[in-house]
Amino acid sequence: MPPPETRPRLHTWQRFGLAIPYAWLLIFFLAPFLIVLKISIADPVVAQPPFTPLFDATRPPGEAFHATLENFRFVLDDRLYVLTYLNSLELAAVATLLCLAIGYPMAYGIARASDATRSVLLLLVILPFWTSFLLRVYAWMGILNSRGVLNSLLLWAGIIDRPLEILYTNTAVFIGMVYSYLPFMILPLYANLVRLDEALLEAAADLGGRPSRVFRDVTLPLSFPGVIAGCLLVFIPAIGEFVIPAVLGGSDTLMIGRVVYDEFFLNRDWPVASAVAVLLLLLLLIPIGIFQRYESREGSES
Amino acid sequence: MRKRSTFLLTAMVFGYAFLYIPLVLVVLYSFNDSRLVTVWGGFSLRWYGELLRSGDVLSAAWLSVRIATVSATGATVLGTLAGFALARIGRFRGRALFTTMIAAPLVMPEVITGLSLLLLFVTLQQQIGWPATRGATTITIAHITFSTAYVAVIVRSRLASVDMSLEEAAMDLGGRPFRVVRDITLPLIAPAILSGWLLAFTLSLDDLVISSFVSGPGATTLPMLIFSKVRLGVTPDVNALATIIIGLVAIGVVAAGLVLRRRPAWRQTE
Amino acid sequence: MSQGPADREGTASAPWLDPNATPFVRIEGLSKRFEDFVAVDRVDLSIFKGELFSILGASGCGKTTLLRMLAGLETPSEGRILIDGADVTRLPPYERPVNMMFQSYALFPHMSVERNIGYGLEREGVPAAQIRERVAEMLTLLQLTPLARSKPAQISGGQSQRVALARALIKRPKVLLLDEPLAALDKKLREHTQFELANVQYTLGITFIVVTHDQEEAMTLSTRIAVMEAGRFLQVATPGEIYENPCNRFVADFIGNINLVEGTIEHSSKGEVLVHCEEIGARIPALHDGELAAGAPVCVALRPEKILISKEPPPGNERPTLPGVVVDLAYFGNRSLYRVRVGGGKILEVSAPNRRREANRYLEWDDEVHLSWDKQSALVLKD
Repeated sequence: MPPPETRPRLHTWQRFGLAIPYAWLLIFFLAPFLIVLKISIADPVVAQPPFTPLFDATRPPGEAFHATLENFRFVLDDRLYVLTYLNSLELAAVATLLCLAIGYPMAYGIARASDATRSVLLLLVILPFWTSFLLRVYAWMGILNSRGVLNSLLLWAGIIDRPLEILYTNTAVFIGMVYSYLPFMILPLYANLVRLDEALLEAAADLGGRPSRVFRDVTLPLSFPGVIAGCLLVFIPAIGEFVIPAVLGGSDTLMIGRVVYDEFFLNRDWPVASAVAVLLLLLLLIPIGIFQRYESREGSES
Repeated sequence: MRKRSTFLLTAMVFGYAFLYIPLVLVVLYSFNDSRLVTVWGGFSLRWYGELLRSGDVLSAAWLSVRIATVSATGATVLGTLAGFALARIGRFRGRALFTTMIAAPLVMPEVITGLSLLLLFVTLQQQIGWPATRGATTITIAHITFSTAYVAVIVRSRLASVDMSLEEAAMDLGGRPFRVVRDITLPLIAPAILSGWLLAFTLSLDDLVISSFVSGPGATTLPMLIFSKVRLGVTPDVNALATIIIGLVAIGVVAAGLVLRRRPAWRQTE
Repeated sequence: MSQGPADREGTASAPWLDPNATPFVRIEGLSKRFEDFVAVDRVDLSIFKGELFSILGASGCGKTTLLRMLAGLETPSEGRILIDGADVTRLPPYERPVNMMFQSYALFPHMSVERNIGYGLEREGVPAAQIRERVAEMLTLLQLTPLARSKPAQISGGQSQRVALARALIKRPKVLLLDEPLAALDKKLREHTQFELANVQYTLGITFIVVTHDQEEAMTLSTRIAVMEAGRFLQVATPGEIYENPCNRFVADFIGNINLVEGTIEHSSKGEVLVHCEEIGARIPALHDGELAAGAPVCVALRPEKILISKEPPPGNERPTLPGVVVDLAYFGNRSLYRVRVGGGKILEVSAPNRRREANRYLEWDDEVHLSWDKQSALVLKD
């Protein structure tokens, strides 16, 4: 088969069609990041807006440019911030693994189902996603609180004597995160597993492999790209997750998303909030890079 | 012959139960006369009444729907263009940047997107005077921005699976490129564009963090309203709201299923 | 093999032999390069009006790329394409008087058969009433009328092919390109369609250019065949020419079965040579036009059906003869294929019709036999 031709000619309307989304994203996606960067190197001022401009023509020359790394130093010196970053990473990692543990069997089960059942099962996975995310998280409040459904059930069954303190702890946040992010793990895993050729598994079995062995040697390695995609789709946004820790977590649930929000709205310290965001972004560069490479590869293969 | 593994079956039952039990409970308790979650006070519709009487919930819901409709449409237009660009235009200058800008919003934490957009709006206001106040417009712009990525990914992957020889045949028969897109390509990817719109609509309707960042006085979306209520404490009328939304979604899905069933011959390029 | 259109018309209608005839399609120095891979290598070709021309080759030889360049779906790296005197090299597909029938048929799945067929006319701006009329005509011509409202998913493979053909023909193109037209059909349908295609072409008088890897297809359908390999044409001639006078070893081996025996020229006189074949330890006379020096390495080519096989030695010594032993045989009902070991261990294939109706086979394994052939059946090939 001859290799595909690279078409160098771009018709004018192709240029135009490309330019519109490109321009939009440049203005409303890329430029904002540059602005965050700019503000992270500014000083907080009691004014509107609450930060010093990068270039101030009214100041004497030589002092016109005002940039400082003070905000970054402030964040990195403070143990609490560092702890929060690490805690966020840890929470996101654990949530990702839990999602994988629950999601993989589900994705596998759906992929192996018959065609008709498969669409229904998929729909059932996606359906909760259509209902309000916030309200579903809120529903967990009702379940997990000390007078909630879970505790009442356990007390009634005699499994425990006193109600468990789940709400407003890390555990509640785990449950909430797994609950919200599960579909994001299942869908890419499913997309990968469903493309798995049954003939490969049959061949392995024919050559003498027991089911568990076949799974280990054939299915698992081939599903690896799906696992990676699912984990990244959960891990990266989970690090910066705000709503779930805010609603289900306690005051000791340190998550960086919440820190940014509080720093911004409660403390009105925009430069520090920006610095926190920039550091978070730097932290995420590698995973996002991996994800983007996976995305472009999947796009050309599918 | 498929071997049903008990492990697999239990895992799936557990998984689906995990996903649906909270929804079921919410629906149940929306009809609970008692305030307390654990005590059943009898069947009652009072929370629905309270909900419908509270004007702020209704106006927030209406605002959210308006914003969602506009942003879904905008995102669909931009995303479809982007999807075409990614799938059809081979190499061009700045392609790497473009693919990154399309992939990143899919995973970017919302606080970062929200923060960055707010700062953009503030800076713009300083420099050129627009936007004068933040509100529905800025929320819509923000929603369009992150939803475009989702639509682009859906459209691009659907386009990649369209048989190129169909477009070539149309050109061979005298169709100019634009005509070919209109007559052949778009009808074939219509389901993808539609699901892209629906996805963008849901994302917009559901968004809390980004809306909170870029909104302004007087523009309270439904999620923002619910969040402030939830912070104050668990109130049962929120259950009623959730149930209504679940009901609407269920009706929508059933309706879509019925419509799709009535055209079998169409859908075989799936 | 039955008579193709070329045979039907007789040699009077062989414009390629007439130096004054102008070709309808002219390809000059056409090349296509993909980065470091050359798919089509400076190809020249003349095709005359009304021909059913086949480009025959194995996968990867460049034939599909060549076809696509004719259609306008690929831009040539160099060279020209002229159709009816006009240079179409730079024209996009929607501006060429050329239409293509795709291998996968490429029927638009969301349009009915009617709309598929009429699409080309819609694009031309033909008024709706006329479109309806012409579509109805096409449907009748190709027996598709009951399927007019059906969608492509609802019709069979053979029917899909007729729709694809109708869709291309309705525009009355100057040239119709066909990409492996019979590849997707099963054997019975293929035979039937071969005749249908040839008839349609003959009736409408449109110039067909077919690309195929199936030599049977090419041989039965075509007025002329071009054998293609690695981006170049090895031989361009009528099916008969190519079969009986292949220009080199590759072409000889590609079409049908052939026996090739290596040797050196021992003696050459006008029209006749004697080849000393060490391989089998014999001297084989053969006919050859042109000059061949003594000692030149050649190979003798002999078609299996041209060799007579018998238990007794043939009478007289007019015909070259070789003794051998049957080492294998395959029974095909109407004929049998024998593999005979001759001197030097070389195996020759012999195809013989089963002339006698007997339950017991005439020849069996390990039978000693004599192979003989007409002197002029042996062909000498240089490379």
